[in-house]
Amino acid sequence: MSSEVDNSRRRFLTAGTVVVGAVGTVMVAVPFLKSWSPSARAKTAGAPVEANIGKLAPGQQIIVKWRGKPVWVVRRDAKALATLSKVVDELRDVDSNESLQPDYAKNEHRSRKPEFLIIEGICTHLGCSPTYRPEITTDFQGGFFCPCHGSKFDFAGRVYSGVPAPTNLTVPPHYFVSDDVLLIGEDGVA
Amino acid sequence: MSENQTGKGLLGWIDARFPLTKMYEEHLSKYYAPKNFNFWYFFGSLALLVLVIQIVTGIFLTMHYKPDGDMAFASVEYIMRDVDWGWLIRYLHSTGASAFFIVVYLHMFRALIYGSYQKPRELIWLFGMFIFLALMAEAFMGYLLPWGQMSYWGAQVIISLFGAIPWVGDELTLWIRGDFVISDATLNRFFALHVVAVPLVLLMLVVMHILALHEVGSNNPDGVEIKKNKDENGIPLDGIPFHPYYTVKDIVGTVVFLIFFSVVVFFMPEMGGYFLEHANFVPANQFKTPEHIAPVWYFTPFYAILRAIPDKLTGVIAMFAAIAVLFFMPWIDRGKVKSVRYRSGAFKLLLVVLVVSFIGLGYLGALPATETRTMFARLFSIGYFGFFVGLWWISKNETTKTVPERVQ
Amino acid sequence: MKKLLIIVAGLLLPSIGWSAGGGHTYPDDKIQIDWDDKAAMQRGARTFVNYCLSCHAASYSRFNRVGRDLGISDEMVRDNLIFTTDVNGDKTKVGALMKTTMTPAYAEQAFGIVPPDLSLIARSRGINWVYNYLRGFYVDESRVGLGVNNGVFANVGMPHVLAELQGLQRPLYKTMIDDDGNEQEIIVGFELLRAGSMSKSEYDGTIHDLVAFLDYLAEPYKQTRKNVGTGVIIFLFVFLILAYLLKKEYWKDVH
Repeated sequence: MSSEVDNSRRRFLTAGTVVVGAVGTVMVAVPFLKSWSPSARAKTAGAPVEANIGKLAPGQQIIVKWRGKPVWVVRRDAKALATLSKVVDELRDVDSNESLQPDYAKNEHRSRKPEFLIIEGICTHLGCSPTYRPEITTDFQGGFFCPCHGSKFDFAGRVYSGVPAPTNLTVPPHYFVSDDVLLIGEDGVA
Repeated sequence: MSENQTGKGLLGWIDARFPLTKMYEEHLSKYYAPKNFNFWYFFGSLALLVLVIQIVTGIFLTMHYKPDGDMAFASVEYIMRDVDWGWLIRYLHSTGASAFFIVVYLHMFRALIYGSYQKPRELIWLFGMFIFLALMAEAFMGYLLPWGQMSYWGAQVIISLFGAIPWVGDELTLWIRGDFVISDATLNRFFALHVVAVPLVLLMLVVMHILALHEVGSNNPDGVEIKKNKDENGIPLDGIPFHPYYTVKDIVGTVVFLIFFSVVVFFMPEMGGYFLEHANFVPANQFKTPEHIAPVWYFTPFYAILRAIPDKLTGVIAMFAAIAVLFFMPWIDRGKVKSVRYRSGAFKLLLVVLVVSFIGLGYLGALPATETRTMFARLFSIGYFGFFVGLWWISKNETTKTVPERVQ
Repeated sequence: MKKLLIIVAGLLLPSIGWSAGGGHTYPDDKIQIDWDDKAAMQRGARTFVNYCLSCHAASYSRFNRVGRDLGISDEMVRDNLIFTTDVNGDKTKVGALMKTTMTPAYAEQAFGIVPPDLSLIARSRGINWVYNYLRGFYVDESRVGLGVNNGVFANVGMPHVLAELQGLQRPLYKTMIDDDGNEQEIIVGFELLRAGSMSKSEYDGTIHDLVAFLDYLAEPYKQTRKNVGTGVIIFLFVFLILAYLLKKEYWKDVH
């Protein structure tokens, strides 16, 4: 072995090779990690869906499938809308500060048009799908009830306090293409 | 170099429970390799690199591939088009398959010219041969998965070979296929074997191959045993620690290899129809055979031997014998001198015959057979087997040069 | 010696894959595809959806991907490239695969064979083959129902759907002696019987554009592949310099 070893040069070259090699490895990892993101097929399947709401009667609910999730379209009648202001004291997040919704749905009725509620039918607790309870009784002012762990939501999908679900139900992006046609999955132009 | 004592800190804690430092020293920092490795000694570590490439890309391909007769072809195109970067992962895998064979063939050739199969390295050679066998099985079954015309008909031809076995042949082919033709059942079992069973065997064999190598130590281009000459500390005088010397050298080899590999992956993934055959861009159709069926290039030498012989059973036997004979190399070669550098002219001539025959067979196996080509294929087949017969013959009393005491 | 040369020449003629069809075909021209000429590919896409897609699918490809790669907006794709409907009877979505509305059963009845998917035709057959094939239809009254044959793909079951553009042509034969010493009539040219809406050069251009599109369709990521590859190789060369210097530095120890 030679006695003259230029250690600083050796350290510099080692560090350089390690760094460039590490950069290369990271760059190689990128395509592999990206291959996990939704493919063109998944994106097509997740494209916005249209719903025909022309024949939806007041009080009625329809379920539309969007990105594999149930999206409820509920046409609220006057009575249901009237409950929204009555239950305020019992709700956890009246102003929807913590929940997910587009800005145009961050209001009392949580929708573009007060009459129509468009909401993802997935409980914010553990992902069960709550049921629609349109009957207004003295115990419960109507809305949605999750059978899994007993979470309750009002007619705007706002969560009651004292139940396991932490936040209000999520409102997906949506807009009205015409009076009869609703498009779920796109914000559109207001 | 530090003494292998019970250290402190995390490493010491681990070493008391798992031989981490010991393994690192045995296989890297205190594994003494001959200092005169040349170009031919890159291919062992490159084979390991390609194995890693194949495993990683293979795992990601299984995430999108569907082993189903109705969906397999489309799922490959789905990977190529709809999955982000799927084309890259697939081309890496398809190019990797060919690269594996290039590297392994060169690695084997290195063993032949420097006598790395000779005593005491017979087991290294045998494990290596089993790796080669497993690799051929892996490649063959993997080739069915894209479910193109060549996948289908290539598998049809190869599986039919087993039909040549007397008495049980037909039953055996039926059993392998799991159906009366190659079908969904065949595809599914080949998938399971290709992604789980054979890779496990392959990995195990690779570990054994390396352990056996590190037990007896590496051979070198001079065929001198470096362990014969040690210094006062028991370190071979002509040995240098694998790490850092051969790790830094292998990095250079790896990068050069990756440059060639990238040229193929990014600029010529089909390699003119040799790596990805044109007919394989047509979905498998059991009613229509392509005009010309050729196995992928790495099988063509053996395929050419098969075709060169007019009788089916004899042809199949000859083809398998061409592979089997390699297993016996340590005993066919009765010589005591390892390296071609100190062996006779007759040995060198035999090597030339082997190389010419093997390449000739490989070339002919890719082309449709004609009378002239069959004639040449027979000639090359004789040349191929002639190497082994000739080696056995000449190695008994070979006139060799004096092998030096130390590596040159 | 001469014989040996012939033998060697015969050996060296590589005829792997699709060129191994054997026999004489006409026409036998070669073309180049310019991957930067998106306009040509757009015209080809237009021809494709108008004339091919009603029978042949390109079912591994998506409309919006084609649009994105060729610089056509989703709205334009919807209006100009999509003429099919989905299972619900609605207009096919832009993200959908380019399938045909013809069912395989109907196709089998009408043509005797399901028209092959064209997504990969440029890779399985090669661009020259497709280019020649689409220009090789000629009148052959003996073929009942079709009335045409093809100089590249003899007795093909496909009608000449582009006849309104190309017109109809008649083959000119020449007698040749083949390798086995038999006389054979081969096609050496075409003569126009009835003109189509396009001149010969216009038609050839249209087919060229169509083949350019098919070439794109067979490997839509080809350009990305080459661009990424250039970067990767440059990176590897930089790494190689470092790795080589490192190796040299350490190997100073070894004598």
